[in-house]
Amino acid sequence: MSDEQEVITEAHGAGSGQMRELIEELAVSRFESDDAETDVPLAALDDGSVHRLANGGGSVVVTTDSHVVTPLFFRGGDIGRLAVAGTVNDLAMMGATEPTALTCSLIVESGTPVDTVERVMESMRETSEEAGAPITTGDTKVMGSGEIDTLAINTTGVGIVQQGGHVPDAGLSPGDKLIVTGTVGDHGISLLSEREGFDFEGDLQSDVAPVNDLVAAAMDAGKITAMKDPTRGGLATSLNEMASKGGVGLEIDERSIPVSGAVASAGEVLGIEPLNVANEGKVVLGVASEDADAVLEAIRNHPQGADAAIVGEAVDDHVGRVILDTGFGNRYLTEPEGEQLPRIC
Amino acid sequence: MAVESGEPDLQFRDPEKAEQLTDRLEALMDDIGERVTIMHVCGSHEQAIAKYGLRSLLPDGLTIRMGPGCPVCVTDMPEVDEAVALAEEGKIVATYGDMLRVPGTEKSLDDAKADGADVRVVYSASEAAEIAEEEDEEVVFFATGFETTAAPTAAVLTAAPPENFSILSAHKYVPPAMEVVAELPDTDVDGFLAAGHAATITGYGLFEEFVEDYEVPTVVGGFEPIDILFGLAKLLEFIRDDEPGLANAYQRCVSEEGNVPAKETMWDVFETTTGEWRGIAQIPEANLVLREEYSQYDARGRFDIDVDTTSSNPLTEECLCGEIMAGKADPDDCALFGEECTPQDPVGACMVSSEGPCKIWLEYGGQPDI
Repeated sequence: MSDEQEVITEAHGAGSGQMRELIEELAVSRFESDDAETDVPLAALDDGSVHRLANGGGSVVVTTDSHVVTPLFFRGGDIGRLAVAGTVNDLAMMGATEPTALTCSLIVESGTPVDTVERVMESMRETSEEAGAPITTGDTKVMGSGEIDTLAINTTGVGIVQQGGHVPDAGLSPGDKLIVTGTVGDHGISLLSEREGFDFEGDLQSDVAPVNDLVAAAMDAGKITAMKDPTRGGLATSLNEMASKGGVGLEIDERSIPVSGAVASAGEVLGIEPLNVANEGKVVLGVASEDADAVLEAIRNHPQGADAAIVGEAVDDHVGRVILDTGFGNRYLTEPEGEQLPRIC
Repeated sequence: MAVESGEPDLQFRDPEKAEQLTDRLEALMDDIGERVTIMHVCGSHEQAIAKYGLRSLLPDGLTIRMGPGCPVCVTDMPEVDEAVALAEEGKIVATYGDMLRVPGTEKSLDDAKADGADVRVVYSASEAAEIAEEEDEEVVFFATGFETTAAPTAAVLTAAPPENFSILSAHKYVPPAMEVVAELPDTDVDGFLAAGHAATITGYGLFEEFVEDYEVPTVVGGFEPIDILFGLAKLLEFIRDDEPGLANAYQRCVSEEGNVPAKETMWDVFETTTGEWRGIAQIPEANLVLREEYSQYDARGRFDIDVDTTSSNPLTEECLCGEIMAGKADPDDCALFGEECTPQDPVGACMVSSEGPCKIWLEYGGQPDI
């Protein structure tokens, strides 16, 4: 009802339009500054901010992320791996593929077994080594039983890029090709299945992994104009954001989007679109048309990119919208509204 | 999507076949030479049409409208109020997940749950009966849906469920609603694509009388893209030949007589009565109520349900769900669509269910200008 006090809902955390509106209203309007040394400010709502150092000494990229997930340990990963990979990947999405340092801030519920936290910390150590991203400082808080669900982790990351060498998510131009680095929907569909207690046969598991090395290989091979990791809100949200921020339209061929058989089948049963759910180890890149083949080849030659594919291109029509060729007809690919829930009735 | 492993693409998702059928639709529309409006009567049809972008394939002049085919959408507001009242009185109310957010006059079941009521999501009527076996409290199954869910509800009641189990029936029966829509002057439907799910139970033979009485071609259709295009082609053939015919374009699931035991069980337990379909009309013989023999399981008889229907959300007056399901409007004709009315905060029931036309329209981008 209109006279009720507005409250935060789970939909505000689902990673699409409602969340952006909330951030703009609550944070951007208050924290925005006109610092001329900031190449990518808060208002860009990119994966991180970029700040020029004096004397042409490169630019600092800063990003931060908090992680909550149910269950804490899932097929293919856990909250610790998610926390390190998520921040490493946000740095990589800005072009900072060699992270300088990460922080680790834990908020733990009273009564949580030490063993549980230890397993998570060990996973963070392994993932930070894998990504070459040292964890150098942190913080720990304990809250009362029931005041938080077991464990939340915040990680902040710092990296360096050459001045002007960062990659925004707003950089698409008409003609740019879109590359997806592997199968989409693995993390989201796998977690939803596990949460709902569906035991699908096959190898459904999260794709959570640091992708900075893969991104470095892609950046070495050609001109990357825009980049996003399709986490909450999935590929559909990332593509819509890239179209809207870049001032272009996107034409995507659904048949070329890599989706594993297990994810496609489970998605059908659950009534969930794999394109609408989170990925934690995939990237969508805009690539200058002339470099697209070389970048695709470099990605495919990387162990994490064997399933990569060119899925479409940016056009100057229908600005801000994503057109999906389903193989039958065309429709708009829209951002999912709110949390994706399995079909019940 | 490129599926890497697992099942091969099924033949009813074959784009080449789709192209042949699209050509066929073009040719038939050329023969017909005037505008044609087809109405489907199933939310799953709308899902498939939107998901596969089938509207963009249709020849000029061929329009597909949505009918009253979403069971969640046609559940009337006072029926939701009754379920909310029972939950607030301390009964355990079990229902399908799609029903939780459907707004009643003042509250949804989700609101009642947030206020402390015991509302449980179940996947079937039998699961609700199992809850009654485990609990001492009264368990009321808020029973919604068409023939496909009414038959399983009936089966549970014939299997002697626990004494503390009852149902609040909001089950509805589709054919009379098609009759009402066929008679609406503004709707102007040239053919019906009838719901394959419901026909699995009732059989396609059920529609013979409808076709005879209303002289509207009717084809029972499945839910894959090829099923739908094939169903449309059959309808256009009838329309071209000016023949109010009946066809079954979903032969792998639907027979002429349907699922006879399920049908018999359903009619043993339920009888029809006149009732309101949300936003559409009072429809004669289209609501399913328990027969006298099963009255001990009727929550309406067992409990004194007192609902107050006077203070509904003022936005409800502006909601076009009824017009949309009667084939007279598209979801984005509604001023509330995607603004005041969203899946998270729905004004009308059409924005709630995954089979609701407004929810589908929002999710798949509506009528593409592409």
